Amino acid sequence: MEKTLNNKAWFMVLPVLFIVALNAIVPLMTVVNYSVQETFGNNVFFFEGTRWFSEVLASGRFHASLQRQLLLTATILVIEIPLGVAIALTMPRRGFWASVCLVLMALPLLIPWNVVGAMWNIYALPDIGLLGYGLNWLGFDYDYTQQPTAAWFTVVLMDVWHWTSLVVLLAYAGLRSIDDNYYRAAQIDGASRWAVFRYIQLPKMKHVLTIAILLRFMDSFMIYTEPFVLTGGGPGNATTVLSIDLVKAALGEFNLGIAAAMSIIYFLMTLLVCWLFYTIVMQGEKE
Amino acid sequence: MARITLDKLAHSYLAKPKTDADFALKEIDHVWEDGGAYALLGPSGCGKTTLLNIISGLLVPSLGTIRFDDRDVTRLAPEQRNIAQVFQFPVIYDTMTVAENLAFPLANRGVARDEIKKRVGEALAMLGLAGKANRKARGLTADEKQKISLGRGLVRYDVNAILFDEPLTVIDPHMKWQLRTQLKALHRRFGHTMIYVTHDQTEALTFADKVVVMYEGEVVQIGTPEELFDQPAHTFVGYFIGSPGMNVLPCEVAGDRVRFGGREIALNRGYPALAGRTEIGIRPEFVRLASPGEGLPIVISRVEDIGRFKIVRARLDGHSFDAVLPEGAEVPEGATAVVDPARINIYQDSHLVRGQGRGEA
Repeated sequence: MEKTLNNKAWFMVLPVLFIVALNAIVPLMTVVNYSVQETFGNNVFFFEGTRWFSEVLASGRFHASLQRQLLLTATILVIEIPLGVAIALTMPRRGFWASVCLVLMALPLLIPWNVVGAMWNIYALPDIGLLGYGLNWLGFDYDYTQQPTAAWFTVVLMDVWHWTSLVVLLAYAGLRSIDDNYYRAAQIDGASRWAVFRYIQLPKMKHVLTIAILLRFMDSFMIYTEPFVLTGGGPGNATTVLSIDLVKAALGEFNLGIAAAMSIIYFLMTLLVCWLFYTIVMQGEKE
Repeated sequence: MARITLDKLAHSYLAKPKTDADFALKEIDHVWEDGGAYALLGPSGCGKTTLLNIISGLLVPSLGTIRFDDRDVTRLAPEQRNIAQVFQFPVIYDTMTVAENLAFPLANRGVARDEIKKRVGEALAMLGLAGKANRKARGLTADEKQKISLGRGLVRYDVNAILFDEPLTVIDPHMKWQLRTQLKALHRRFGHTMIYVTHDQTEALTFADKVVVMYEGEVVQIGTPEELFDQPAHTFVGYFIGSPGMNVLPCEVAGDRVRFGGREIALNRGYPALAGRTEIGIRPEFVRLASPGEGLPIVISRVEDIGRFKIVRARLDGHSFDAVLPEGAEVPEGATAVVDPARINIYQDSHLVRGQGRGEA
């Protein structure tokens, strides 16, 4: 189809641009402002150039929290995506039980982040929590308030509990869109269960899984509330991921310059990954 | 390849069917001869897809048995029956190339690599897809995709039957004709038993040697296209086959005379005394228009000129009554209708009654 080109149409975008400017760009600019200046209060600023950026990029602390962040995100994706797909595959395709499963799956998604954090905080306590007490009763030495590994395990488990449902729902939607005749044709073609998954279900779920991976990446990369409520970033710095570190720098230590530079780097990383992801997916579409 | 026998087959989607109406497919006995080209024709919801799915094994019938040659396959899964099926909407494996799509059913059956290559090559050539062998199947047009679906059946030399479930639904009209011709050619060349489900009479009549007409879960007639046209076994067949459909009017039959529309007409054959609802069936093609006083009094409501012929929509004694006039024929003022007595069919409770006597073919 021939596209109509009329550059005046861009004026129609102005109202949206105005709103976006107010709620996104202007606040972001204050962060940019802090990231290149030093202040000792009283609204007196000194220009510092790229000093904060160099400091952040060279700091071992930033590297450590970035590594923890990447490890957490990778772990979460590796567990939640296959698990979500597996659960979606076992759910009934239609009927009463399909609805029951959907409601059960949706429940964790309805619980606010801080409540999830608080829930797991108590649930996993070794002395009174069901999970913590149970694990110790079974003979595991488990105390997430003291052991870094236990803390990691709990953070990951909490996130899996909270967010696998999202992957399940998306994957299930993808599966539901497959016409019955595909399964019939595959049956007639003598396809194995694995072949059905590999050549029918997986390709049809590709789009929703792309969305699922992207959403889970962004959410887990920016995760804050749940680990903050659960472990507060501890024990030590064991679960101090990027966002927790950022808040510590900004509000705990009041290093506004460092925190602002960190925010911008953080933001650019998220943006970069999303852009890469989008480009790769779009490239795949064109083929 | 095999002869397919349906023995007292019936199916209901309900767990405990009670009345006749609970059956989507009422009792049917039929033998599909090896190598035949059959069409299953009927309106939507008449049970033809149900029957097809029973043959392919996607459905287990509630009653009766189905045999391939002498083997009872009633409870066998589709992959054990060795049939191929082409669905209404093309089913292709998106991520595979055209060639991989065709190889898929063979690879699943553990056929040797060289053999797969050979057969896929043949199928590609037959379907005219050789140039697109290494293209991703996703980007093809609907008719090419449908050819791939068919090709996945063709690569398996030993299929017992190829089943088609309204395969041309999503195909552009100009491609339909081509695909149908190609299908017919493939049938002649390989002699697979083919069963073709459709609600389009043109498709059925051009494709099949024998047409099975279904209506409300029942097979109402099995016959060649000529038989369906000349002697519809059920008023539904008369109405469904032919365009416009057969004229059906209530009548009274006494021996070799039939009375309808206020006139009596002599038939070339005699009938026993008929009980129940008797009707006369006459195809519009065998109705001629004549000058006033000559034939049956009709009231013409409109004339549709569709090029090759004209359809005259009229009413006779309050019932709709159509006539087909050849190209160029004029509609006389105050026309009456003359019917060909040899072409009149008599129906008792919607079923054809064959008369006896002179001129009976």
